[in-house]
Amino acid sequence: MNTKKKMGMLQRRKMVGWFFLIPGVALILALSFYPAIRALITSFKTGTGVNMTWCGLSNYIRIFQDKVFLQSIKNCFFYLIIQVPVMLIMGMVLATLLNNPKLRCKGLFRTAIFLPCATSLVAYAIIFRSLFATDGFINMLLVKIGILENGYNFLAHPTSAKIVIIIALIWRWTGYNMVFYLAGLQNIEYSVYEAAKIDGANPFQIFFKITVPLLKPTILMTAIMSTNGTLQLFDESVNLTQGGPANASITMSHYIFNKAFQGVPNFGYTSAMSFIILIMVAVLALVQMKVGEQRD
Amino acid sequence: MTNKSTKIISYAFLIVVSLLSIFPLVWMIIAATNKSVDVVAGKLTFGGQLLENYRNLMASQDVWRFFWNSAKYAVITTILSLLVCSLAGYAFEIYRDKVKDVIFVIILMTMMLPFVALMVPLFQMFSSMNLLNSTLGFLLPSISTPFLIMMFRTAAKSFPEEIIEAARIDGLSELGIFFRMFMPTMKSTYAAAMTITFMNAWNNYLWPKVIMTKSASQTMPMMISSLTSGYTTDYGMLMLAVLITTLPTAIVFFILQKNFAEGITGAVK
Repeated sequence: MNTKKKMGMLQRRKMVGWFFLIPGVALILALSFYPAIRALITSFKTGTGVNMTWCGLSNYIRIFQDKVFLQSIKNCFFYLIIQVPVMLIMGMVLATLLNNPKLRCKGLFRTAIFLPCATSLVAYAIIFRSLFATDGFINMLLVKIGILENGYNFLAHPTSAKIVIIIALIWRWTGYNMVFYLAGLQNIEYSVYEAAKIDGANPFQIFFKITVPLLKPTILMTAIMSTNGTLQLFDESVNLTQGGPANASITMSHYIFNKAFQGVPNFGYTSAMSFIILIMVAVLALVQMKVGEQRD
Repeated sequence: MTNKSTKIISYAFLIVVSLLSIFPLVWMIIAATNKSVDVVAGKLTFGGQLLENYRNLMASQDVWRFFWNSAKYAVITTILSLLVCSLAGYAFEIYRDKVKDVIFVIILMTMMLPFVALMVPLFQMFSSMNLLNSTLGFLLPSISTPFLIMMFRTAAKSFPEEIIEAARIDGLSELGIFFRMFMPTMKSTYAAAMTITFMNAWNNYLWPKVIMTKSASQTMPMMISSLTSGYTTDYGMLMLAVLITTLPTAIVFFILQKNFAEGITGAVK
């Protein structure tokens, strides 16, 4: 009798657990999982509106002939390869410095470096666009110092436009990643560092032999998050450079958005392109996880 | 390297990085108080043009309508999102079983889906349900996120089993345990989740650009983006608009900053 009652209660609890889950899980299934499957099906179709017909892999084949999309892939990887490592290493170095218990004004430094995260993505893109404009502050400064004779239109040249985006991204996200590393460092006893110092290790040895290995799970998480974010960049491309000059800084998401909502929409083709992003995100996440495991 | 030189280099590095982090924001605030010509000339002191910029901005845009839209979308999203995701994260951990673990993995996998892949089908679904230009349309896709569910699940791992048992003996219902025991103990996780959700909702740009086809339902980020499209830019007015867009997230950030770090710590462990 008693065990029966207990079983009933466990059953009831299990049910309660399901009720707690349903809203969250149902929303994700209906608004992420289901649309993703729909997009996958659409990517094998062509046409507009209700008149869509199957077209096999032709959308995917078209991708390899679309110069602008190939350019946008190159751009995203350019951002990824330069910006993510610089940002993560800077975040780690800053976190290590701020983790020193003897450091003064710690709160002030932390707040200042974390502050860029408080700005909206569109807002900081516009701030950087204004700062780097031909008549903007950076040009004025460079002319005053004597590095430049006249204002340089950073946003009108392919390489400098991309570099401005990278500078802006590093500015916006370094502090964000630093907070994760600071949190990760809290799990490491500070005495480990003291011991290493007494043994004569220099700051570089301490950083690479102690900090980096111990932060590995956090580094893996931030690397995957940043990779995912960089491959999906949109706001900066739209508002900072408008993808220009001549698509030299356009990102994949920006191009897909233009194709889907400007001019004649071709949802089959845009879905195929967005699945290329998904494949890249998944493959890179897998590679990063494998690399993360191997270093043990 | 001696101890002293290491110390000097660390301080110098931190000071330079801090100044570079603050500068664009300070520049924005100063520019908002100056005439466009002075901003272009590189003036770095406060001017008396704030009211004039404000008047010009109000004359060209219905700013407070967009502000109200953004605020409404962000606040409702945050409240619903925290409730739904914390309940789910809590249930995944406390009522754990094999089926739920499988569902959890599936949910985590949806994290990799790029939003542009979902954008078109969501637009089609929402337009057939008449949800374009509506608050519900804005917030539905951002209520339940794998990231928040994972964060609350990790937090629930540190919630002691004894508290739950004791509360059950005291006759508290399962929902009562969640609201009266779990929620108050996880304040810093909620604060971190709130900061992240509010900021994401306020800053969201791609999704409203897709579904807010009427100008009356548009948001602050959309408005400041449209301000830059003219041939000549009034920098004073533009930076005031950018400043107004940044204020709410900055306020949330300052109030919850300390809790944010604590909450993230819990999530990273």
